[in-house]
Amino acid sequence: MDLYEHQARELFEEHGILVPRAEVTASSKEAREIARRLGGRVVVKAQVKTGGRGKAGGVKLAADPAAAELTARQILGMDIKGHTVGKVMLAQPVDIESEFYVSYVLDRAAGRFLAIASAEGGMEIEEIAAGRPDAVARIHIDPAEGVTSAKAGEIAEAAGLPPQTVDVLVRLWEVLVREDAVLVEVNPLVRTKQGQILALDGKVTLDDNARFRQARWCAEGAAHDDPLEAAAAAKGLNYVKLDGEVGVIGNGAGLVMSTLDVVAGCGARPANFLDIGGGASAQIMADGLSVILSDPAVKSVFVNVFGGITACDAVADGIVRALDTVQLTKPLVVRLDGNNAARGRAILDGHAHPLVQQATTMDGAARRAADLANAR
Amino acid sequence: MAIYLTKESKVLVQGMTGGEGMKHTRRMLAAGTNVVGGVNPRKAGRTVDFDDRAVPVFGSVAAGMQSTGADVTVVFVPPAFAKAAVTEAADAGIGLAVVITEGIPVHDSVAFTAYARSKGTRIIGPNCPGLITPGQANAGIIPADITKPGRIGLVSKSGTLTYQLMYELRDIGFSTCVGIGGDPVVGTTHIDCLAAFQDDPDTELVVLIGEIGGDAEERAAAYIRDHVTKPVVGYIAGFTAPEGKTMGHAGAIVSGSSGTATAKKEALEAVGVKVGRTPTETARLVLDHLDHLDLPHAARDVTHS
Repeated sequence: MDLYEHQARELFEEHGILVPRAEVTASSKEAREIARRLGGRVVVKAQVKTGGRGKAGGVKLAADPAAAELTARQILGMDIKGHTVGKVMLAQPVDIESEFYVSYVLDRAAGRFLAIASAEGGMEIEEIAAGRPDAVARIHIDPAEGVTSAKAGEIAEAAGLPPQTVDVLVRLWEVLVREDAVLVEVNPLVRTKQGQILALDGKVTLDDNARFRQARWCAEGAAHDDPLEAAAAAKGLNYVKLDGEVGVIGNGAGLVMSTLDVVAGCGARPANFLDIGGGASAQIMADGLSVILSDPAVKSVFVNVFGGITACDAVADGIVRALDTVQLTKPLVVRLDGNNAARGRAILDGHAHPLVQQATTMDGAARRAADLANAR
Repeated sequence: MAIYLTKESKVLVQGMTGGEGMKHTRRMLAAGTNVVGGVNPRKAGRTVDFDDRAVPVFGSVAAGMQSTGADVTVVFVPPAFAKAAVTEAADAGIGLAVVITEGIPVHDSVAFTAYARSKGTRIIGPNCPGLITPGQANAGIIPADITKPGRIGLVSKSGTLTYQLMYELRDIGFSTCVGIGGDPVVGTTHIDCLAAFQDDPDTELVVLIGEIGGDAEERAAAYIRDHVTKPVVGYIAGFTAPEGKTMGHAGAIVSGSSGTATAKKEALEAVGVKVGRTPTETARLVLDHLDHLDLPHAARDVTHS
């Protein structure tokens, strides 16, 4: 889960990293008050979980409280790459002398966290990394040791950062570890004309697997923009809305991803990703089916189950149970294979619903579901 | 011979007395696995009856190894306790720890994979279905009855896609199938398995299944080019999957342009790996390869639709 900039700023501050004075609001009227408290002149920054804010007009300088209110009104509600701006952060401007880049990120291939640092911070760090890799230091962190002052010194020296950044590098590592983050990034980390080292903008991505021990963020990120995704999440389903017309249900993320590909290969677009998981019960099947059938874009549904641990008869029971509670208005193509497949197929045959048909292969079932969707 | 797991393997189960642990220990035993004990400090000294076999519970991995000579442990403990369980197994000096548990915080995975490596313990997983050497032993949750022993090696990030391919190629059969897990950090990679299959005389061909995210498949492609002489057939899932959460600038720097299904497919094809568009087509590519490989052109009864 990504945090908003103002949440990242708050974490940095709690861990003793200097940040500009700032407050966050959803109201342009309040923005005026905040600007007044911060001394009049402020930077108004859209709070969205995507990059490229500045280029999209989501970051603006306001000269006084009246201008801050006007600017906040312009930015609030703005659409930035599909994200609607719900809040703005107002921050005191800073006299920047130089800008740096520092981050810790998970390096999957190495199985370790990687410190990335550069004396050339700012917007274009990716281009610097691609064009002049020598300008960007990359140092792996030993998980048993973490980032000590000595390690931080090594990172700062390799990147050509001033010695005052060593303390920030140590504290930033503490943020990463204590908050169970998979990414902490400060860009830019600046030295002000007064000589202070300040985190001007930050990005923090938390590990969803660590929620059980990070109670503070439990309620965060639970909000889903899409009502179907929200309904699915409320039922504990792993559902992602897509823009096609073939509803897809399957067991296992890999098989469902593969199913989307096979449907697309048959000339139709998948309407969603829905993984009912390894030991999917009849209830989960019924819940999943009801979410997909409530999507008006769906023209046909493809249930693709390979019974490994999940037994196909349980899946068939789930489909039958869902059909008792949901009015089936769209054709359903079911492919059951693996454990208890014959029993599962017999259950569906016995139910003999006019809109339910079975196919024995994944490719054949995908073609059938695609043809049905394209014919409607 | 197979890789990592044979009928000689003596298997402990950490978390055997829990719901999932009980269910899958029964299945492992049914598949012929020599499950020699469970580990649970609160139930040490008891035994658990599985149909015709009573399996003792030990207080620690070390005690279990001492009594039974166990060399493999399968970990079913909940995410909050997984790091401690794996650390204990590594401290006891076990050779292989198969971590089935899903939902382990990545900081824990980073810590225990590094620690296990320093102790000489191989980790498979976490968040994986485990591995099976059909006809010999099954360490994890892969269904044992959907295929038979044979000459294909399989390595995959995805559980159900593994089962799908095992089933499609059940007439040929498998030496060993390894589900390495889909988490960002795993103890055993595609490359580790490719190296082991290359050295395994029982494996004639390797099926490599990947999916979007990270650059493990691209790395595997480079490894195949330099080190693998056996034929490899690939499958990649996720061409139409929605773009995942971006990892910010830092993530893009680490993974470059790799990570998409297309990039992975192209990387594999560039080194001569045939990549199927669907699981079924992938199975067909395997059959084509094996037809070419067969030295004596003995008629084989392989019927596949």
